[in-house]
Amino acid sequence: MTTHVAIGAHDEDAAAAASNMLLAVKLAILSEVMLFGALFAAYFVIRGESPGWPPPGHLERPELVLPGLNTLLLVTSSVTMQLAVRAARAGNRSRILRWLGLTLLLGGIFIVIQAYEFSTNGFGLDAGTFGSTFYILTGFHGAHVLAGAILIAIVANRTRLGLFSAEHHTSLEGTSYYWHFVDVVWIFLFSSLYVL
Amino acid sequence: MIATRVLAAARTFAPRSRSFVPRPGLPRAILGAIIGFALGIGLAAELKAEPGQLLALAYLFGLAGFLLGVGAFRFWLTWAVGREIDVAEEHAAHGRAGEWQRYFRFTTDHKVIGVQYLVTAFVLFFTAGTAAMFMRFELAQPGIATNKELYNTIMSTHGAMMITVALVSIIGGLGNYLVPIMIGARDMAFPKANALSYWMLPLAILLVAINPLLGGFDSGWTAYPPLSQQANLGQQAYLMAFVTVGVSSILSAINFLVTVFRMRAPGMSLMRMPIFVWALTVTAALALIATSVVAAAFTMLLFDRILGTAFFRASRGGDVILFQHLFWFYSHPAVYIMALPGLGAILEVVPVFARKPLFAYPLAVLSFISIGVMSFMVWAHHMFVSGMAEFFHIPIMLTTELISVPTGIVFLSALGTIWLGRIQFKVPMLWVFGFIWAFLIGGITGVFLADVPTDIALSDTAFVVAHFHYTIVGGTIFGLFAGTYYWFPKITGRMYNERLGRLHFWWFTLAFNATFIPMFWLGIEGMRRRVADYPAEFGTVNLFISIAAFNIALSVGVFAFNMIRSWKTGPLAESNPWQAQTLEWQIASPPPIQNFDEIPTVTATPYQYGSPRPAAADGSSAS
Repeated sequence: MTTHVAIGAHDEDAAAAASNMLLAVKLAILSEVMLFGALFAAYFVIRGESPGWPPPGHLERPELVLPGLNTLLLVTSSVTMQLAVRAARAGNRSRILRWLGLTLLLGGIFIVIQAYEFSTNGFGLDAGTFGSTFYILTGFHGAHVLAGAILIAIVANRTRLGLFSAEHHTSLEGTSYYWHFVDVVWIFLFSSLYVL
Repeated sequence: MIATRVLAAARTFAPRSRSFVPRPGLPRAILGAIIGFALGIGLAAELKAEPGQLLALAYLFGLAGFLLGVGAFRFWLTWAVGREIDVAEEHAAHGRAGEWQRYFRFTTDHKVIGVQYLVTAFVLFFTAGTAAMFMRFELAQPGIATNKELYNTIMSTHGAMMITVALVSIIGGLGNYLVPIMIGARDMAFPKANALSYWMLPLAILLVAINPLLGGFDSGWTAYPPLSQQANLGQQAYLMAFVTVGVSSILSAINFLVTVFRMRAPGMSLMRMPIFVWALTVTAALALIATSVVAAAFTMLLFDRILGTAFFRASRGGDVILFQHLFWFYSHPAVYIMALPGLGAILEVVPVFARKPLFAYPLAVLSFISIGVMSFMVWAHHMFVSGMAEFFHIPIMLTTELISVPTGIVFLSALGTIWLGRIQFKVPMLWVFGFIWAFLIGGITGVFLADVPTDIALSDTAFVVAHFHYTIVGGTIFGLFAGTYYWFPKITGRMYNERLGRLHFWWFTLAFNATFIPMFWLGIEGMRRRVADYPAEFGTVNLFISIAAFNIALSVGVFAFNMIRSWKTGPLAESNPWQAQTLEWQIASPPPIQNFDEIPTVTATPYQYGSPRPAAADGSSAS
């Protein structure tokens, strides 16, 4: 994430490094799209072959209330993230911090709710194909939320230390791409795992 | 100019902030791996984990310890806690010219990383080749001479390792070394991520190498369930190692794409890029898009093994065919991830030794791109006998046959360049001719495997083995040898021995053909692949094949001898011994640490052979 301090850094190099970084983030997201694409494909194939969903047995699908709330939280956090990016473009440090803090808080609550849901679901990873697909999708996604939250915390800390300016806030911009991606994955996940 | 600025920066920053991780290097990496390994085992014991879970924890912690120890994360960690990165240390990580230790460190210079990849790939190539010799020893006579389980394990290990060689040798080795120079850049876009992608490999390779100690595995590199779900821990070792290689190649693919699209010298338009760079760009795009799919498939398979999931367990509602779809959705494009760099190297060599412009350059570029796109539409031709949906057979057969069109155009580009050229029969060019023959056979026999009726008869026979080796050895390994000889003077600053090179070529090519041509016949006659024993009537042919195969190994010995000896004591090479026009030949051999004193300006394509005036901007630094 730090090529802007590469050997011989000056303004032009820094601008080039910033745009390199953002391209890299987009490419990384493309690869992640394929990762989740594979997991979703597995889910739909297995679900399609099952005589019912959940497969006949004693499994219950999770309630919609908490995941619905989580959807709201994550979508809101995308908005606050974008507001943080705007603040960064305007070079307003305290506003960046406020919006990043709020994003982090929303992401944190999401993770807590998700963990609570996992612990009260009444079925585990080993509960046949239903448990397998449910947890691999939500689990991979949860890990991405966690990684995103850590990135936001790092970025917020760097903002606090005064390392960002209106021209120079690549890592914040890159983190925002990633965060929006994680949000979009959740929307797909919510609609196909919980609602559909 | 750059150097002075760095020195100034070093004076400013050096007294401040040592990185908080201790001095990194290979010894610390090994120590870190051992500590991580012990931690993982400790944690597993604490959790009363099953053997599979223990292996996973030990490997994950070991890998993390190794990477921390080698210093892969030190700059990012410094950055993450909000400190400025020590510019002097960052510069030191780039390595100093002439210092051999830099090859055993976390060095960010793309040229060092290229050599690391290349040497690692060749070591792996020799190891996997030795495994093949064991297989040919067992197969020399009908009956069981050694041990069936051992044969299966060695066969699988040979496959797993050779696949890795084919995946990383050209793009990781030659590509890392040459792409930045060929496009007129000082380094890759992300030098640290570049080094990280290399340093993820050693432990993964070690894990595959020790799999016999963990009980081996007999699924082959394709790891189909249910066999791969039931097999020993060695199977799990392979799966984890392959996921690691996958993550490494995604990282490296991002790096290549950003480098090619953002770091080109002024005037180096996309259609002036050397064709080798184009081939690697498409390769990187394929690796980026396809690899995470196989990572997902192998992760699900690992979860089935160690966490009790049911993705591919038919008895619990899972779907075995699903694994094959996900696996081949990556692994067919992966065939092109392996072959395109080889084709690129071949097309790069051809114009230089035919002294003619590359024939139909724009079409060759277009073909690489269309091969890339189409490679995602053909995967199920590996599955005609799997029991997959019937309606899928014909469309996949058609797309598979269609993909031979762009491949044929690449071929035509090589042939058209040779046509009426003033050919210099130097060793790299010999490999081009070897490639043309071998890849042609590979392509033609592929038609029989693309056609559903013949494929059903030929599935899982020696015919497939022969076809596969003609494409991957013919495409990748011939390209690798062509490229290695061609760029050897640039990389080492010395010339290889021409006579030994010729000996290697003729010996290898004849032995290779003698090994695999009879396998087509054996396959048609019905000899199964991947099995340690076979009907007695195939004995004579198999003995012949084994003798031929041992000759391949001997010829590779000549290659290794030539490379090592020439690197140490070969005659010094000029900067441009082939009179080639691409940028890497316009700078010293070996290239200076910053590649270019002044970034060149490019004014024309690099293939203007036979034109009255060299295409360089200022006559010296560019072409």
